[in-house]
Amino acid sequence: MSSESILSLRVNGQPFRRLVPAERSLLDFLREDLGLTGSKHGCDVGDCGACTVLVEGQPRLACITLAVEMEGASITTIEGIGGPEGPHPVQKHFDQQVASQCGYCTPGIVLVLVALLRDDPQPSESRIREVLGSNICRCTGYTKILAAARAAVGAA
Amino acid sequence: MSGRWHAGEEAVVVGHSGPKIDGMARITGQALFVDDLRLPRMVHAKFLRSPFPHAWIRSIDLSAALALPGVVGSMVGEEIPRKYGAIPVCQDETALAIGKVRYVGEPVVCIAAEDEETALRACRLVRVEYEPLPTILSIDEALDPARPAIHHDSRKPSNVLRRVSQDYGDVEKGFAEADLIVEESYDYPGSTHVPLESHGALAVWEADGRLKLWTSTQNPHYVHRDIARVLGLEAAQVRLIKPAVGAGYGGKCDPFCTELCASYLAKKLGRPVKIILDREEVFYAHRGRHPVRMWLKMGFRNDGSITAIDFKAQADGGAYSSYGVVTSYYLGVFMTLPYRLQNYRFESQRLYTNKPPCGPKRGHGAIQPRFALELHLEKAAQLLKIPADELRLRNIVAPDTETCNGLKVGSVGMEECIRAVVKSSGYAEKKGKLGPGRGIGIAASAYMCGALHPTYQNELFHSGVMIKVDRSGDVCLFSGTADIGQGSIHMLATLCAERLGLRPEQVRVVEGDTSLTPVDLGSYSSRVTFMAGNACVEAADKVRARLFAAAAKKLKVEDAALQAAEGFIFVKSEPTQKISFVDAVWLAEEAGPLVEAGGYTPPKIGNRFRRQSVGPSPAYSFTAQVAEVEVDEETGIIRVERIWVAHDCGRALNRTIVEGQLEGCVYMGVGEALYEEQAYRKGGILRAPSILEYKIPTLHETPEIHSIIVESHEEGGPFGAKEAGEGPQLSTVPAIAAALQDATGIWLRDPPFTPEKILKALERHRAPLS
Repeated sequence: MSSESILSLRVNGQPFRRLVPAERSLLDFLREDLGLTGSKHGCDVGDCGACTVLVEGQPRLACITLAVEMEGASITTIEGIGGPEGPHPVQKHFDQQVASQCGYCTPGIVLVLVALLRDDPQPSESRIREVLGSNICRCTGYTKILAAARAAVGAA
Repeated sequence: MSGRWHAGEEAVVVGHSGPKIDGMARITGQALFVDDLRLPRMVHAKFLRSPFPHAWIRSIDLSAALALPGVVGSMVGEEIPRKYGAIPVCQDETALAIGKVRYVGEPVVCIAAEDEETALRACRLVRVEYEPLPTILSIDEALDPARPAIHHDSRKPSNVLRRVSQDYGDVEKGFAEADLIVEESYDYPGSTHVPLESHGALAVWEADGRLKLWTSTQNPHYVHRDIARVLGLEAAQVRLIKPAVGAGYGGKCDPFCTELCASYLAKKLGRPVKIILDREEVFYAHRGRHPVRMWLKMGFRNDGSITAIDFKAQADGGAYSSYGVVTSYYLGVFMTLPYRLQNYRFESQRLYTNKPPCGPKRGHGAIQPRFALELHLEKAAQLLKIPADELRLRNIVAPDTETCNGLKVGSVGMEECIRAVVKSSGYAEKKGKLGPGRGIGIAASAYMCGALHPTYQNELFHSGVMIKVDRSGDVCLFSGTADIGQGSIHMLATLCAERLGLRPEQVRVVEGDTSLTPVDLGSYSSRVTFMAGNACVEAADKVRARLFAAAAKKLKVEDAALQAAEGFIFVKSEPTQKISFVDAVWLAEEAGPLVEAGGYTPPKIGNRFRRQSVGPSPAYSFTAQVAEVEVDEETGIIRVERIWVAHDCGRALNRTIVEGQLEGCVYMGVGEALYEEQAYRKGGILRAPSILEYKIPTLHETPEIHSIIVESHEEGGPFGAKEAGEGPQLSTVPAIAAALQDATGIWLRDPPFTPEKILKALERHRAPLS
């Protein structure tokens, strides 16, 4: 039997305290234990970026992060950055540019851009491209995603 | 906005750009995919899969697995003996292997447990005794009669699933009239879809004795029918619901073991069962692009006109048929477009091999022959000394004509597409002049807008839409379609809003629920905009007629004097004379509930050729592309820098969404041209069953894509619309191949164009003639 430990952390600003098995991934913890299903299983080995969340504001692949590593951490998921009523500027521009087709990769890519714009509100084109290279989108050919990212620059 | 529609009025909503009504749900993470759903007492099931490509199953010992704490139950193949399959005439697959495995990765046992991890551990405790059989892993091996039949138990055991042979006009006479004959062989590789959401299903038997099944599918109706049949249920006992789907690209058209085993185990265990494939399993579930070996011979006159085409194709189909019978036709049918042709012969074979089954992938069956035909035209253009764009322009079919194989073509925007990409790319100025290592290439293509015939024979409608409006002002549209990211929800809302004078976001769309929504055949063969769109317009027009009748009475004018826009119904000649949409609904409800339905049945386009029942479509889309590449002749690395794509989609119902489809098609084409291959090691094991190893383009490998929408008016289409979701991929790979040739002088006829292949070809090209 695996060992379990008590994990205390903040997710989307709210404190949580949960007993978690040592081998539980951060992704499963968020999805199964907290019901935050906006972060997705794409590959479970860190290849695609669909599970991306922000840990202390930085993008992190939740599928290859152990939940227990997150003791004391502050995590932001797609649910924590704005809803339809008050979307983040990145989300607003994703919507306007139709940068989301099936939408499965979208939460991860939105979070990557949110983190980028928080660090650097005026990123260069090459910086935007570099950052977006970490996530796979199979629908859009990235064209509208880039357009949304460019539009969000300065608006964030 | 220059709008044109069937009523001769300006369109208000149709033709606009911008957000999808369901966009924000996806962007905020609120859209629910099947893995996001959970039910009380739900258990998780996993598969044990075959490590052998071809073997008898001699015994299965489940005792250790079932003894593992947390395991709830299991099933083996014999428990669902009926064969399933996408096409009723060749169902040859069982939910789990029975007696024999036919590919590495074929599911053999399914185990349910309290959690996924326990189910996986239990699978590893199962003992299966196999007796390996000789394997068939290539086209040549499949054609070798000395090898055993993979489906030894079929009526006529053979590794040829289907052979199609068609002959139109007089091919020999055509070749005799030719000034130039070009003959080449081509090899197109297999590739797979890689939707980011894997296949998954969640099943529960409800207190009324019926099955409710959520599944990530493109084809709710066909899957619903087949699941019910295989499980021995009445279809009415099964409610299949398609939640948000994380794309398909053709990969989620078939019924799958996930749906069958989740449904069966949920009954057996009396608990809801969820099965989600992991990424490696998705690669083995496959149903992707067939590897096809092709031989093509074409005759040309000196003026560039085509005198004859003779084409042969052999498709390596994997262990089960999937849509393979359809593939065998699609490989040949579309070769008669977009160029005039009187004499055409083709022969195709779809073969069984001990590999995961191939099936439909974006541009199903048409991608491979299109590659051959277009690269062939590039060669012919050079030999005839006619510019490649000009050669194509000289041969374009006229609108409202019939091809030699009986395809009835309506609108044709081919010329505009070619001229648009030539002009915007500077093709004529750049061709042959970009300097060493840089090149430009062009290609064109045509594709279908839905199949005239369903997969099972019937004369019923292909698409039904129901619209319910009530005094609250709520407009709810019910459709059996499957939005898989292509935007069909928004398409329906747009058409409905246009006819009722509303905005798309005022229309609620309920789709893909076999109990709530009228039948729609599914998201395949680029049929949804054309067919469901037409059904939607018919339903909306019936609602509109009732609203207008009520409003006319109130405003004391004739119905024909009215118009609907911006939430009002008003007198065209005197727009201040108006009533609100909600007031009109209130008045219309005096005559009873305001619920109307529309249906689309394809026209009975008699094809002269009875054998040609697979391929004809009510309309055809056209695409031209120019690719610009850079090749490093030291390393062999090729980079696609830019692609210009112009597509005749009929009327663009939403321009942003159409552009998104063009971009997605080009992207997928670039992957197939340069990187992607569903390749196998000895023993039928996949070389690259992960996103890391199977090289799909990231942003860094994706070219700049310039989309150009060319609008034609297709008489039979909703507001003149055709398709945009698949056709634009057809010409990407040959345009890149032509650009590679322009850059280096080498002819590569076997994508993907890897550095290894390019370097080898460059060596041969540079070698002095001996």
